[in-house]
Amino acid sequence: MERPLTQHIRPGKEPLEIKQYEGAGGYASVRTAVKEMSPGDVIAAVKASNLRGRGGAGFPTGTKWADMPTLDDARRPRFLIADADEMEPGTFKDRFLLEGNPHQLIEGMILAAFSAQTEVAYIFLRPGYAPPQRRLIKAMAEAYDRGYLGKNILGTDFNLEMHLHLSAGRYICGEGVAMIQSLEGKRAIPGPRAPRTSKFGLWGNPTLVNNVETLCNAPHIINHGAEWFKGLSRCKDGGTKIFSVSGKVNRPGAWELPMGTTLREVLEQHAGGMRDGVKFRGVLPGGASTDFLLEEHLDNPMDFDSLGAVGSRLGTAAMIVLDDRTCPVGMVLNLERFFARESCGWCTPCREGIPWTVHILEQIESGNGTPEDLDLLEAQTKLLGPGRTFCALAPGAMEPLQSALKYFRDDFEQHIRMRRCPWR
Amino acid sequence: MPVIYIDNVLYEVEGGQDLLTACLSLGLNVPHFCWHPALHSVGACRQCAVKMFRDEKDTRGFIVMSCLTGVEDGCRISINDPEVKRFRASVIEWLMANHPHDCPVCDEGGECHLQDMTVMTGHNYRKYAFKKRTYKNQDLGPFIHHEMNRCIQCYRCLRYYRDYAGGRDFNVFGIHQRVSFGRAHDGTLENEFSGNLVEVCPTGVFTDKTFRRHFTRKWDLQTAPSICPHCGLGCNTIPGERYGTLRRILNRYNSEVNGYFLCDRGRFGYEFVNSDRRITRPLVKQDSGPNAFQEAVTGEEALTRFKEIFRESKGVVGIGSPRASLEANFALRSLVGADRFSCGMSSREQELVGAALGILRDGPVSPASLHDVELSDAALVLGEDVTNVAPRLALALRQAALRKLLAICEKLNIPRWNEAAVRELVRHEKGPLFIATPFGTRLDDAAAETYHAAPDDIARLGFAVANRINPYSPAVEGLSADPSEKAAVIAQALLDAHHPLVVAGVTCGEKSVLHAAANVAWALHSVGRPVKLSFTMPECNSLGVALMGGMGLEQALGMVREGTADTVVILENDLFRRVSLDQITAFLDSCKNVVVLDHLSNESTSRSDLVFPAATFAEADGTFVNNEGRAARFYQVFKPLDPIKESWRWLRDMMAITGKAQTATWHRLDDIVAAMADSEPIFEPLPTIAPPADFRAAGQKIPRQSHRESGRTAILANVTVHEPAPPADPDSALTFSMEGYRGIPPSSLTPRYWASGWNSVQALYRFQERISGPLRGGDPGKRLIEPDEHRDVSYFRDVPARFEARDGKWLIVPAHHIFGSEELSVLSPGIAERTTRPYLGLYPQDAGLLELNEGQYANLMINGKMLTLPVRMNPTLPRGVASLPKGLPDMEWMDLPAWGRVTAAGEDPRGFNP
Repeated sequence: MERPLTQHIRPGKEPLEIKQYEGAGGYASVRTAVKEMSPGDVIAAVKASNLRGRGGAGFPTGTKWADMPTLDDARRPRFLIADADEMEPGTFKDRFLLEGNPHQLIEGMILAAFSAQTEVAYIFLRPGYAPPQRRLIKAMAEAYDRGYLGKNILGTDFNLEMHLHLSAGRYICGEGVAMIQSLEGKRAIPGPRAPRTSKFGLWGNPTLVNNVETLCNAPHIINHGAEWFKGLSRCKDGGTKIFSVSGKVNRPGAWELPMGTTLREVLEQHAGGMRDGVKFRGVLPGGASTDFLLEEHLDNPMDFDSLGAVGSRLGTAAMIVLDDRTCPVGMVLNLERFFARESCGWCTPCREGIPWTVHILEQIESGNGTPEDLDLLEAQTKLLGPGRTFCALAPGAMEPLQSALKYFRDDFEQHIRMRRCPWR
Repeated sequence: MPVIYIDNVLYEVEGGQDLLTACLSLGLNVPHFCWHPALHSVGACRQCAVKMFRDEKDTRGFIVMSCLTGVEDGCRISINDPEVKRFRASVIEWLMANHPHDCPVCDEGGECHLQDMTVMTGHNYRKYAFKKRTYKNQDLGPFIHHEMNRCIQCYRCLRYYRDYAGGRDFNVFGIHQRVSFGRAHDGTLENEFSGNLVEVCPTGVFTDKTFRRHFTRKWDLQTAPSICPHCGLGCNTIPGERYGTLRRILNRYNSEVNGYFLCDRGRFGYEFVNSDRRITRPLVKQDSGPNAFQEAVTGEEALTRFKEIFRESKGVVGIGSPRASLEANFALRSLVGADRFSCGMSSREQELVGAALGILRDGPVSPASLHDVELSDAALVLGEDVTNVAPRLALALRQAALRKLLAICEKLNIPRWNEAAVRELVRHEKGPLFIATPFGTRLDDAAAETYHAAPDDIARLGFAVANRINPYSPAVEGLSADPSEKAAVIAQALLDAHHPLVVAGVTCGEKSVLHAAANVAWALHSVGRPVKLSFTMPECNSLGVALMGGMGLEQALGMVREGTADTVVILENDLFRRVSLDQITAFLDSCKNVVVLDHLSNESTSRSDLVFPAATFAEADGTFVNNEGRAARFYQVFKPLDPIKESWRWLRDMMAITGKAQTATWHRLDDIVAAMADSEPIFEPLPTIAPPADFRAAGQKIPRQSHRESGRTAILANVTVHEPAPPADPDSALTFSMEGYRGIPPSSLTPRYWASGWNSVQALYRFQERISGPLRGGDPGKRLIEPDEHRDVSYFRDVPARFEARDGKWLIVPAHHIFGSEELSVLSPGIAERTTRPYLGLYPQDAGLLELNEGQYANLMINGKMLTLPVRMNPTLPRGVASLPKGLPDMEWMDLPAWGRVTAAGEDPRGFNP
């Protein structure tokens, strides 16, 4: 059982119904938690497990749960939000979990809600995710029927109402405050760093926000204990991770593997290596907003600290592979177009700077670039760096660009020299 | 006080503020856009970046936004670090990427914060080589011109309009690089403070549409410090003139009064000065009866005629005016004698203003300045529709409503400057603002509780609140459950506050409401709360003339009727707006001679025998006393066309020609101010409220024209090719010239905000002692009323009986309108466009009884008159109470509140169906 998250996922088939899920041990953790544990016990278990947030930032989950105000804070209801607004290019791990086993998420959310003592939970779902939506609605109804949701869960005085919210579809909602603003019916704009959403979140009340994959881990920690969970991993961060691979590999897909699995192992053993006739050139290891890594980095373990050490990030572990038959300028252009489109328009560098890089990249890609354009791009990647923008969107957007300029500079220069894209 | 190092220089600064505010207060240049001293920090524009260092050994440092970083003792920052300078220049470069660079045709050009900041950062050559985005502009009504292409998306407009001013018809639309600001659809901006967008916008997106029609660059405007004449608050303004027309009004900062903002009536009401109804020559009535006409004469001829009139007269009464300066009123009083001087207000109004003055002057509670209002953390409004009668006060109350909520932020260590966080925290809360008015007001949305009732019931609520605070104040018999509960909540909130405030006023027309307000304030005072009182006044000098004294208008009319006088001198006062048509017609008919001094022709001037063309506020110097008793000086912006003169000068000439000896020494304003100071103890401080005419800064006068004024030699070339000497100004230390003192003059003489590198209104920072603090050397104006807080009070005991609706009759209460109810501003085309048509406001069920629908006509019998008016449903009116607009043009004066009979008018009396 080294693949707890995906053990019940049967690709291409409907997910387990609640009876089947219960039969396979589903919701046991809820029973354990609400009947035998205190909220503090649940938090302690999650803390001990070294589970770190799977939304990209890697914040220790137990610490986040413990940060919720105590019940002395009289504001009610308290909220839990599951961030299922997965929409970065190349990232589809949450979809895999949502489609494959929606009950697992609901179970994890019940645990999180129990530990944070929230009465209301929202699943903030990307609007493009139609199959998960259908499956979540069904699973939620089943969970209500079986008494895992609603009033007096399993006969205790623990209550939890769960709502599925279909978002309006903005990448910026990945930022916690922007998501809360959006749920409140306002413009999705990132918020100030203080006060924290745990203290002043949705409708001004204490709010816990977690990624889908993070929440899905919780039942297994409760069922099998923190030590077992840590043992799943090859590094000090606990548990497994869904690694997904896209690009010209033989078997694009998503796999649950121990945290700390090397890039090479994921790419070669699970994704089946590069397709015939194409060669590996580089990879964005953690999704579209991370720096490229090269062949020389492939033996690096995939975990939060190791990838940071080589100048990239684990992010969502959504690996996008660049091959020698694909134009790196075009690939980066495609990504920057996405980030420019998804900028919320609040702060100047992001709103004006990313579209400018798009214009320049378009110019280079269409054969009209000049050598000065590279200096301009280089300058933008620095000017849009961390601390200079309001949130992390623009610095993230600059990561693939700055590393492309570093590792694939010849390709950019070739575009300018040949006055066309060499791949066309 | 914390010390901080800025570029290795040690500064002592106030704690609890953000670094940007601290730097600007120190006079350092840190460019910024989204930060505004009244709107605080949100970190959107990223322009105010500075370098921060961990300690003295840290040489790399890291970039932070100075607006989002609090002052910490010992912190080290650099403004001039090369990396951060480069970053700031690139922020401008980003903003400029899509900016149209249309400065030569932009109304903001030359006083543009974006221009200033661009120069300040040193960005000049653009590297952006792509197409610029463009937008469609919106028609936002008569006040604001919209030019969206110039927008740099700093979000100031949005934060001002929605968060600060409470507007709802303005928003940000679109996303990423297509963000735009405006209304959902074309249409007039509804908020009463929309004009501030002109100054809040750092570039030319929102500009003054009235100014646009007669546009002149800032450097070509002749400007002088002035006071808004359109309500009793006395907001400080900077009017600008060129070629003899008044071009615009800008806010003049006064930390005690209007701060950074004006209302739209104050900003856009100025165009009456340029009206074609202006009286430009003295007029003498020729012939009589139906053949009578007014003939233009010279000033000398008019004065000679006046001498004859005066000589022939059995007695002269003088009717002063609450919209004329103290000096003019005083000159009139000197001309006719104190026992023949009327303050120019109807007896009812005089009684109310007098009652308010008495409460302020003789009670222990001091009047609240607008700044005090903003600082109050619980407020009770009794009777006044503040937004419509003293608009800027409503904006201040809106900020007050937030004050108590800031405690939430303090508890969480969120400093006030962290605006985004503060707004997040208080977004679902309402502060203790309580509004009791006869019908819903535009401020109600900010209130925790509202109470809509007849004036008597409002007074009863006030008395009940006072009684709950101090049982020695009279109890209210038979108070029903709802107001009783409300009174308990209000009393508790006022008691819990650190700075409670009570607001009432003259315009609701009931003395008992004023008394109730006084009782609440006095009760709070008696239990040791630092309470303040704010009374609204209908006109710019209502309190000033009340201080001067004089009889009510009806009494003056009586003197003519009784034969003790046969001639009247009316100063800047259209009597048709003061008493009933019958009364005034009879009065004017029975006067042997009617002499009027005024700016604009009106009913009163057209029926007079002798008219003197009087200078407006923009063409005269003088003193107004605002609603808190603050005397403030306004100055001539430009010399009016000859022979238009200040009223006080005409009156002085009249005194001289009729042999009044004291005028021999009245050569200039200071002389008459000195005479006033001698006449009444309360006026003693008047000579000290502003520097005298002999004041010189470094030996020089203060120029009304900018150092860049163009066309000096050409402006009068059609008259003479020689450059004429500038007009003399014996009355002030200002001069009608571009030559003179260039430094920072005393605050009451500051004609414009302009500083090196700061050409926009933001140059104001350089004139403040610290950001949002007083102006250097103290704010202009001086309070004449400072109550003795140890004075004993005897509570008012005139608790009215409960209001009872009557069959077939309605209590008609006055409804004031910010646009329309004020006499002068309504003559400005923009204001006129916003003016409401006459109507009768009815509670829907009351209208149902009469079988009247919205827009159908009703007959109203009131004050012995019948009015036919379209019905406007107002569900916030109490039953048995109806509202009638007050002071609209073409509406006859009515003595309100009064009982009236309402019936359906049947067929539309005006020949078309509703």
